[in-house]
Amino acid sequence: MADNTTPEVPVRTGPTPTSTLATIRIAKNDRKRRPLPRISGKLLTGIIIVVVIALFGILAPFFVQDPRFSGNDALLPPGDGHILGTTKLGYDVFAQLAWGTRGSLFVGVVAGALALLLAILFGVLAGYFGGVVDEILTLLTNIMLVIPGLPLVMVIAAYVQNTEGLGPFARSSFLVAIVLGITGWAGSAVVLRATAKSLRMRDYVAASRVAGERPLRVIFVEILPNLVPLLAAQLIFGVIFAILGEAGLSYLGLGPTGSITLGTMLNDAQTGQAVGSQAWWWFIPPGALIALLGTGLSLINFAIDEIVNPKLRLAPQAARNQRKANREGRSVSENGAIA
Amino acid sequence: MSHAKPNGPSTLEIKNLKRDYTLRSGFKRNVLHAVSDVSFTLEPGRTIALVGESGSGKSTVARIISRLENATGGQVLLDGAPAPTRGRALERYRSKVQMVFQDPFASLNPFHTILHHVERPLRIHHPHLSSKQIKERAYELLERVQLTPASRYADRRPHELSGGQRQRVAIARALAPGATYIVADEPVSMLDVSIRLGVLNLLAELQRSEGLGVLYITHDLATARHFSDEIMVMYRGKIVERGEPDSVILNPQHEYTRTLLEAAADPDRLGQLRAEVRAEGITT
Repeated sequence: MADNTTPEVPVRTGPTPTSTLATIRIAKNDRKRRPLPRISGKLLTGIIIVVVIALFGILAPFFVQDPRFSGNDALLPPGDGHILGTTKLGYDVFAQLAWGTRGSLFVGVVAGALALLLAILFGVLAGYFGGVVDEILTLLTNIMLVIPGLPLVMVIAAYVQNTEGLGPFARSSFLVAIVLGITGWAGSAVVLRATAKSLRMRDYVAASRVAGERPLRVIFVEILPNLVPLLAAQLIFGVIFAILGEAGLSYLGLGPTGSITLGTMLNDAQTGQAVGSQAWWWFIPPGALIALLGTGLSLINFAIDEIVNPKLRLAPQAARNQRKANREGRSVSENGAIA
Repeated sequence: MSHAKPNGPSTLEIKNLKRDYTLRSGFKRNVLHAVSDVSFTLEPGRTIALVGESGSGKSTVARIISRLENATGGQVLLDGAPAPTRGRALERYRSKVQMVFQDPFASLNPFHTILHHVERPLRIHHPHLSSKQIKERAYELLERVQLTPASRYADRRPHELSGGQRQRVAIARALAPGATYIVADEPVSMLDVSIRLGVLNLLAELQRSEGLGVLYITHDLATARHFSDEIMVMYRGKIVERGEPDSVILNPQHEYTRTLLEAAADPDRLGQLRAEVRAEGITT
């Protein structure tokens, strides 16, 4: 109505304010309803890294020789027949790497899933019910949180592996995954508790209670779906923690010596004095693979964070604009005036 | 205003309701009387307006009636029986007493479809119905709140609807269990002025056709006057004035009611407030 008569906003030369630009960009991207969130560069890179490593771990073991076949010459450098050379015992490093990747991924996924389950149990229930339930569950969470992680894992792992009657299970990667799972949930539980506490106060939760929903249904049908991005981030965090934890444990000789993981490979390399004998092909591939996997999962995690909290997306754009303005001598000076 | 006795056909009686909150800061403890000694009776086919400023305890009354909170004292009686706090009895109570929340942007779960919001209460309170019947009922309810055609809205999510449409969904959800009493906690205060009347008219029409007992909580005296059979003015947890709408509006007895009336926009005093503010600005 009255808007027709207002003069046009004067065209401003120079950079558009950062927030406006980025907001427009995000608004454009989000206008259409998408089943999946926007794919950012970070997410894409992370997914590619993780998928390639996962495919390697799943498929490669079918095509390599037995990783425990010691008939090869010892300490062969990379070359014909053995792409990544052999170890001191004549094992093919590439074969070990393929099986090790599979073993590490298995530990990571099992331990991450277990940790997430426990975190939901402790965090969401504590946050939703409050009161005495909250006090007890939070107490347990806090105890788990302040106990230093790796020493606890070492003690439990050493204890369990020396328990009589477990047989080959005592040295399996499944057991290590369980140990890592039950020691790695506390951090996620704290985050989930805080979020559940805030969601509990939402009107739609109150409304579903008035409609007559039972508490567990309220938690799992009304609250949990709204936590999915957070749960995904926590799961990935749990997987990273487990893979690195397993590598640490194995390096110390407390890992699943009955199976092959990237960690046990490093442990073998260390006990076999790979560094001293210049056998770089023995310890660099597993180390690099752990680092790469950690990077890929972390990138996915950051991307999820940006989807959950879109403000984070503005930060790189803001920094870019700032740099550009600085270059062109149009930066905002200390006192706030535009130079 | 004479009180109806609970031996009538059906009543929701609020008796000497009290709700205290303990505020702790360090070792100091203060007691906040959010609601003290509130009594009234809701009957089918009647609308009672509860008017008051923010923090006067209106919403606490609503939350206690819908059993989201427990009272510190007093009683809520449905047909003479105390309102239960748990289990099957609470479920039965809730099939009679429902609530419409203030903010339609917060009271619908962003994750679920519109159909889910209307279907769930149907499923909970009518367990004998088949899935097909429940879906039919849900569509009927959506059409009843003038979301037509229902198929256009059923599979959408709340963020695709306007505020007014969302509040209609919330009303449909409240009607789904077959409630006789509806507590509407400021149902239009978050909506655009232009669509408030539509939602209020819908509520009034449903109230007449279904014979609902409505507790209409608001801070707007004008709509309270038009849509209710009785007005209660609440101030600092107490009901300070009650009576027929016209008598409360035209002949306010309590100091606070007069303040409330003066705060309302009035064409006769056009420009008066502006003049007052300007005059104050000059003197200071």
